[in-house]
Amino acid sequence: MSEILTKSRARNIFYGGSLFFIVVFVIMTIHSHRYVVNVSTAGMPLSPEVILGKHVWERHSCINCHTLHGEGAYFAPELGNVMTRWGVLDDPEAAFETMDGWMAAQPSGIEGRRQMPFFEITPEEMRGLAEFLRWADQTDTQGWPPTDAG
Amino acid sequence: MKYQSQKVAYAYFLVAMGLFGIQVLGGLLAGWVYVWPNTLSELLPFNIIRMIHTNALIVWLLLGFFGAAYFLVPEEAECEIWSVKLAYLQLIILVVGTLGAVGGYLVGIHGGREFLEQPLWVKFGILVAAVIFLLNISMTVLAGRKTAITGVLLTGLWLLSLLWIFAFINPDNLSLDKMYWWFVIHLWVEGTWELVMAAILAFLMLKLTGVDREVVEKWLYVIVATALFSGILGTGHHFYWIGLPAYWQWTGSIFSAFEVVPFFAMMSFAFIMVWKGRRNHPNKAALLWALGSATVAFFGAGVWGFLHTFHGVNFYTHGTQITAAHGHLAFYGAYVAMNLAIITYAMPLLRGRAPYNQVLNMVSFWLMTGGMAFMTFVLTFAGTIQTHMQRIVGDYYMDVQDQLALFYMMRLGAGVCVALGAVLFIYSQVVVRREIITPNTMPKAEGETA
Repeated sequence: MSEILTKSRARNIFYGGSLFFIVVFVIMTIHSHRYVVNVSTAGMPLSPEVILGKHVWERHSCINCHTLHGEGAYFAPELGNVMTRWGVLDDPEAAFETMDGWMAAQPSGIEGRRQMPFFEITPEEMRGLAEFLRWADQTDTQGWPPTDAG
Repeated sequence: MKYQSQKVAYAYFLVAMGLFGIQVLGGLLAGWVYVWPNTLSELLPFNIIRMIHTNALIVWLLLGFFGAAYFLVPEEAECEIWSVKLAYLQLIILVVGTLGAVGGYLVGIHGGREFLEQPLWVKFGILVAAVIFLLNISMTVLAGRKTAITGVLLTGLWLLSLLWIFAFINPDNLSLDKMYWWFVIHLWVEGTWELVMAAILAFLMLKLTGVDREVVEKWLYVIVATALFSGILGTGHHFYWIGLPAYWQWTGSIFSAFEVVPFFAMMSFAFIMVWKGRRNHPNKAALLWALGSATVAFFGAGVWGFLHTFHGVNFYTHGTQITAAHGHLAFYGAYVAMNLAIITYAMPLLRGRAPYNQVLNMVSFWLMTGGMAFMTFVLTFAGTIQTHMQRIVGDYYMDVQDQLALFYMMRLGAGVCVALGAVLFIYSQVVVRREIITPNTMPKAEGETA
């Protein structure tokens, strides 16, 4: 090995090879970006309500208890398909009302149960949050999750 | 310590260890809440505790890397750091940013992208600090001797700083948000950070074993080549289920399967260097941490990552306690332990005395490593049960969690063990006692030459 693979050859392989893989990765990323916009998330418009909902989601750091498409903390249920679980995926009004009712009931205060905090959210923000989760639910995630349990 | 300016590293390591303490206490509290969920539930909800746990981890690891760079670059380049003042200014910016971020989290000021919750001004602060750092270290290297170690270290640090740009890019489209988020998260821990880790490991092997530089540096290039060749397209293993094209399933599966290679290479490298080496370095604890880091990284990042990286498996395990198990052992082995290795090596030199508190330090290694291993095992069992009940049978999340209570209790026990180890480590570094271990007090075995 020491005859064929000298230090300078190893260095050249490292820098040259890495550059090659970076280029391939960038090309695949550009294609994926277009695919997301035109195909996988095109089922529902990215409306101002959805965008507002995403900001509400972020401001309260929901991701540090829940998962969304399987990413986040593992302390609370998956929310990427919560609208399917609630059976309100295609009904914005029912989605809003279910969401509003759920959030108002927190924290449950039950001893020995994980507690979700109470969040001060306006009705408009609540509607946005429900729309955001409906939007996320319609994304084509290659069939994930395997069951409605999330 | 050959160069006066290396002293900068001392301040970095002290702050890093302080944040390490905060990180471990945050983790302990989070583990406690899993068992007794009503604790502090309104005053300090779980999401805030977790933010502090993960953010403190990331910042202290970065501070450790910066400190390591300020320590080893002068020795490699054979010249003083370009500007000591800038190095301290960089540290002050990072400390103010970190305290500001943690203070903000406690009163509910934070973003909502996982691990990137820092407010915008803190993100800018980190960017400014990174620019100062790159300028300072690059000028130092340019002025002195160029080695493979500094070259790889700088490549890693430059690339990770460039990737930080994506922390500012947050598209409204959730799937795009997730894709670019991984540019920071994955390409840090499974790409650029591996370069930093390998460079630090190579430096330690050079110093601790005395093996020829040519040999060490060739190994280093091979290791980092395998890291990036597998790791860049290996990003695909995060792209399976977030709305990206199906071709990532095969791309991610194939390339990320090879992500085990650089970790196996680092482990082999460390052990072969120690076997080949003739030097009997007095800092045995540093050697233990270096070997331990390479080994635990191989299991935590390599084996436990491989366990659920194929898309056919990941379809069922994605986002379960399996991920938590892998995350804990991988971070501990690869980055926590390597940072503690360089701190253990550097502290006696920075404080100008012989290695001290070696036994306490080594005990802390076994406490922390044993604790993390046990935590990983119980979370793996919990994740296996969770995967079956939730992803195959289809039981609801909270019903499944109730069945995992025993594992979460055992995890808390493991966490206590890790926390004790962390406290002991910090004590062994900061508080000096008059204990010096003299190497080679044993009579030589038959046939032993060196």
